[in-house]
Amino acid sequence: MNIQTKLSGDRTGLAPTRRDLVVGAVVTGSALLVGCSPMDLLSLGAKKLDFGAFGPFIKIGADGAVTLISKHIEFGQGTHAGLAAIVAEELDADWSTVKVEQSAANIKVYGNLLMGAQGTGGSTAIANSWMQLRKAGAGARAMFVNAASAKWAVPAAEISVKSGVVSHPSGKSATFADLLADAGKITPPSEPVLKDPKTFTLIGTQSVRRKDSQVKSDGTAVYTQDIHMPDMLTAMVAHAPLFGAKVKSFDDSEALKVKGVVQVFKVSSGVAVVAQNTWAAKKGRDALKVTWDDAKAEKRSTAEIVEEYKKISAAREGSKPFDVHGDVATGFNGDLTNFGFDFPYLSHASMEPLNCVAQVDGQKVKLTYGCQGTTMDQTAVGMALGVLPGAVEIETLFAGGSFGRRASPSAEYVVECALIAKKIGGFRPVKLVWDREDDMTGGRYRPMVRHDVSIKVGADGYPAAWRHTVVTQSVMKGVPMPQGKFDASAVEGALGSPYLKATPVVDGHVALADSPVPVLWWRSVGATHTAFVMEHVIDQLAAKAKIDPVDYRRALYKKAGADRHLAVLELAIEKSGWGSALPAGTARGIAVHESFGSVVAQVAEVTMKDGEPRVGRIVCAVDCGIAISPDQVAAQMEGGIAYGLSAALFGAITLKDGTVEQRNFDGYRVLRHNEAPTVETYIVPSGANPTGAGEPGTPVIAPAVANALLVLTGKATASLPFVKA
Amino acid sequence: MSIALEINGETLQVEAEADTPLLWVLRDELKMTGSKFGCGIAQCGACTVHADGQPIRSCSTPIEALAGVKITTIEGLGGEHALQAAWVKHDVPQCGYCQSGQIMAAAALLAKTPRPTDADIDAAMTGNVCRCGAYQRIRAAIKDAAATLSA
Repeated sequence: MNIQTKLSGDRTGLAPTRRDLVVGAVVTGSALLVGCSPMDLLSLGAKKLDFGAFGPFIKIGADGAVTLISKHIEFGQGTHAGLAAIVAEELDADWSTVKVEQSAANIKVYGNLLMGAQGTGGSTAIANSWMQLRKAGAGARAMFVNAASAKWAVPAAEISVKSGVVSHPSGKSATFADLLADAGKITPPSEPVLKDPKTFTLIGTQSVRRKDSQVKSDGTAVYTQDIHMPDMLTAMVAHAPLFGAKVKSFDDSEALKVKGVVQVFKVSSGVAVVAQNTWAAKKGRDALKVTWDDAKAEKRSTAEIVEEYKKISAAREGSKPFDVHGDVATGFNGDLTNFGFDFPYLSHASMEPLNCVAQVDGQKVKLTYGCQGTTMDQTAVGMALGVLPGAVEIETLFAGGSFGRRASPSAEYVVECALIAKKIGGFRPVKLVWDREDDMTGGRYRPMVRHDVSIKVGADGYPAAWRHTVVTQSVMKGVPMPQGKFDASAVEGALGSPYLKATPVVDGHVALADSPVPVLWWRSVGATHTAFVMEHVIDQLAAKAKIDPVDYRRALYKKAGADRHLAVLELAIEKSGWGSALPAGTARGIAVHESFGSVVAQVAEVTMKDGEPRVGRIVCAVDCGIAISPDQVAAQMEGGIAYGLSAALFGAITLKDGTVEQRNFDGYRVLRHNEAPTVETYIVPSGANPTGAGEPGTPVIAPAVANALLVLTGKATASLPFVKA
Repeated sequence: MSIALEINGETLQVEAEADTPLLWVLRDELKMTGSKFGCGIAQCGACTVHADGQPIRSCSTPIEALAGVKITTIEGLGGEHALQAAWVKHDVPQCGYCQSGQIMAAAALLAKTPRPTDADIDAAMTGNVCRCGAYQRIRAAIKDAAATLSA
């Protein structure tokens, strides 16, 4: 979710601000109670959590093995291992026996400190937990040390802990298991002494590896799709073929003849077919005849929307300034260099299509699924069912990817499931299955975007004045979060860019268009397009000025005081062999971008094969503060790049008279084994608090490839994807 | 219909409609949930199992076509196969949802081609999508497992 401006602005400030705590106040609307904080309201109905002596984040078993209770979902990003390592480091636990469990839904205990609500997103899982879990680990360690001190009658300061063993120079030693009962009676210090990061023995080492690789390699990891409960029903829903259409009428006579179909009824999002199993639900849905009321539906085609955005951009219709500085009135006099860029809708297309399991009986509600936007989902389901949000119990499972998709403010798929389970009633479990077609045609896309950039180039070849207009749909529309003067997530990355900082005159505006097509944050949000525009414009300006693009960036970063940008740039240059000879037909491109508090530079080696760009080696340099797990940071760079490259090469959701033209992986082409690059990741050594890793690798690859193609073909790229369908 | 399916060395009697894809029989009837549903049209490979040693997409294979065919699923690989060990060693999985299918495709490849080249891996694995982009680790793990098995 969109918090990176806060991270960028104040990388150390992990405490929630007053504004953050307003999250959710909007959803409760007029129900705001005097004297209650929004967190109080959103936790209404919550069960009191019964956690043990070591607090809400740490459980220690009779065998002394430490379990981290994760408030964040694990859907690939490696968060479980990272969070567990923070606790294990400060507690000096035996890492090899550390386990991870998923926490309950409870905003007060398990809220994301950078969001003010419980949820995972904005690459904040590690960043917001860093001090919280260090304190939890250090507090638990102090409990063991104090217990041993009392038992052995020796000063606590003389006691050391290593790998779950507490010892004293006299030769006395005990395991966590030995001291468990005594330690559990000790009150932890309110401000436990934390380690000096220079003395870390686990964090930052190759020992911090995933805890879930075995279960994810033998088929035993449990995802929502795998849930089977006694008496469970499976539901599929016939959704409207056009965005904004509603059910007019339906004929279920054929559907009810399908063996295994139990019930068919209308829900707010379509017509639900409830059956004994998935195949029966699907066949039942196929047999259903629905007539749709499409009076208010989106009926335009993609080309019309592109043209509309161009018009809005040219007229700056209803736009708001996001960065205006210098003498705008005269700064643009003279010749300008103009650029225009068009970006398509993108589907998240996670491997596991959306799904949920719900049980409802009056005020009793239990959801079991890969839950990302915990408080948002509790609130939306609570409102739909007339239940207090805190009373919506959630068991969070692994999710087969998300990339933002499962954190949907309207929680549409969760609410859909809850409403079906309510109709079924009796706390009978209902599994809602969206198939690939539901998932891909269901909207919540990365919005379409238009950028127009006009630059007056100074005598030195660098920008003297930069006019920038962004037109897009807002992913923040209707989101229960504080809305600023403009939607920062639409321009983040242009907003805050060192290039704009280094330019004397800037006139940046954003205009928000509207459509019934729902849009959503998609891995790296605004940076998915702003990084492309900023980085590809820079290479074209450098080429025009006949300056090497690396030297061009260096000059601007120095002017802007962008030291971290400079550091990743230099590291990527050194490791990639920038400037050295390449085989004929291969060219390098570079791009650098900051998002979610981290700065990433990538150098991509690109060739053309069968008329399509093919990316071979990629050198990726990242500054993400302290890298808790260097291997998982590398994995996120590899994965983030593949995700960004897939979209850059092939990704586009298009509409024809309002109908989505891509329904499955045959129409929505994604990166495959034979097209995958080889990524080398290099991490800038840092003593700063950790920043994001899940998203910052994603937006950098597309402009790096475009910049390589500029060298290779002499042609600039004005729209994505590179490969048109 | 009632059909006998030979799965992971066991003969199992299944009651299901003849057109039911093997995937839904495995998952919903037999509660063998290691094979995943990703696309339903044989485009992503998450549902890959072996039929007489050949990798097939169970989401698009109706059970009526499988009488007398020896089926192997991820559950039948045992959990300690050289590929699974290599997957853990390289921390291949991220979200993990596609990995059963990836491993089954790789197992079929190694059974036929014990020391695969990059081109062999491309040819055998390109039908298996990984949206987390674990491709380079999958390639490394396949080569690692191939070396272990050939040693």
